[in-house]
Amino acid sequence: MRAKAFLTAAAVLALAPLAACGDGGDDTSSGEAPTTLTVFAAASLTEAFTEIGEQFEAEHDGVTVEFNFAASSDLAAQITEGAPADVFASADEKNMDKVVEAGAAEDPQTFALNQLVIAVPEGNPDGVTGLADLAGLDFAACAPEVPCGTAAQTSIDTAALDLTPVTYEADVKSTLQKLVLGEVDAALVYRTDAIAAEGDVDAVEYPESSSAQNTYPITALAEAPNSDLAIEFAKFVLGDQAQAVLEAAGFQDPQAQ
Amino acid sequence: MDAMPAKRTRQRRRIPVALLVPAMAGLAFLILPLAGLLIRTPWAQLPSRLAEPAMLEALRLSLVTSTAATALSLVFGVPIAWLLARGDFPGRSLIRALVTVPLVLPPVVGGVALLLVFGRGGLVGAWLHERFDITIPFTTTAVVLAMTFVSMPFLIVSVEGSLRGADARFEEAAATLGAGRWTVFTHVTLPMIAPGVLAGAVLCWARALGEFGATITFAGNFPGRTQTMPLAVYLALQTDLEAAIVLSLILLAVSVIVLASLRDRWTAAP
Repeated sequence: MRAKAFLTAAAVLALAPLAACGDGGDDTSSGEAPTTLTVFAAASLTEAFTEIGEQFEAEHDGVTVEFNFAASSDLAAQITEGAPADVFASADEKNMDKVVEAGAAEDPQTFALNQLVIAVPEGNPDGVTGLADLAGLDFAACAPEVPCGTAAQTSIDTAALDLTPVTYEADVKSTLQKLVLGEVDAALVYRTDAIAAEGDVDAVEYPESSSAQNTYPITALAEAPNSDLAIEFAKFVLGDQAQAVLEAAGFQDPQAQ
Repeated sequence: MDAMPAKRTRQRRRIPVALLVPAMAGLAFLILPLAGLLIRTPWAQLPSRLAEPAMLEALRLSLVTSTAATALSLVFGVPIAWLLARGDFPGRSLIRALVTVPLVLPPVVGGVALLLVFGRGGLVGAWLHERFDITIPFTTTAVVLAMTFVSMPFLIVSVEGSLRGADARFEEAAATLGAGRWTVFTHVTLPMIAPGVLAGAVLCWARALGEFGATITFAGNFPGRTQTMPLAVYLALQTDLEAAIVLSLILLAVSVIVLASLRDRWTAAP
């Protein structure tokens, strides 16, 4: 019956972190009741949005911007299941459409474009210059279920090549991670992710990637706890200051196209 | 417990409220999420999902790898548990603490740790790669290793508990009667702790079957080779919530059937 005691202990252990999570969001009771704006953003926006969030906080006293960075499809599912978010920034239109169709948002605006590059170890030891060079190499790509995987497959199809990655990763960051850890020779990731990992990886641009450009839409959510601030944040992301951050991160300005 | 005769349960009708209330609340907490899944299940999709070759492949891979991981855990975990319970050496409590590290470590971190050891550039992996041209990541072997890493501690803790609870005097008596240490272990110790070993193996198997984080990090995701059911569920979740629910229910149903049939077999045994 030791096993029973152990099961109890295991259950308590498993619950402990959940309890800790529950406390996290409620610290708004003191003083001036600072507002927390919750932004659900695609994982590929991690670096740029963290900086944009700081800019937004600097312009808005008492406002804290909190991010939930994950795969757009996860975020869309969380939002349609009623997660209390203010803003949704997706890495593709498909997942934004899901949220709009569910009635959780309307009128999303495109704020950035992104496309794939071939990320290779720094110094490009295998001399990769284009997609065709991936034949015979171990490379990682995203799974076709997620936007970066759809883009990877489209660009491979455009090149009319028969290339199979060794792994279909669940998101772009884990795809890149496999390269950084040295487990693959190359990885198909967004230009922005390759730039974020500068120093570890080099980015090789390839023409077929423009056939699979990703569009990033943003919107304030219908059920946003801080509705006005949510609309303001979405506008802020479309403004010059935020666009400069996005461009430095490797995104393209949709207006420039 | 399950074998308790019906008569005795009827006599003991009065369950202390102090136990009943938290037990019921706890049960509701454990069962409600399952009910939530069942409510959202598109039952009409079930037959077509069950016939999908990709799904069957993921299910087969899951069952094979989690069983292999349980076998590995038994081969290595039972001796570890014996050392921890019966061995007398310095640093035993430190080792006991280290054994539970995979329980605490977020599985994704566990997967990265495995890459750092068994990956192409890892401590052991680099040597395997250069010497024997063996690469472990992105193979079914990697899935089994990831599962074993996260699930073996469950077996060790369970078996060690049983060993500590078992009366060591039986072992001493056997030794006095001339049995060697190995004979004592196989003929006296193992039969005594068999329920604990089985409980540990079940925990271990169940944990391996549900393993996600370490697997996707260390073994990657490739259909038919490393894509187990939890990975298939996660990826289905990216496009189709209902498909993901159906896949999880299939995994749940299969595991419940396997565990229930095993349990009947044990309780039928003397």
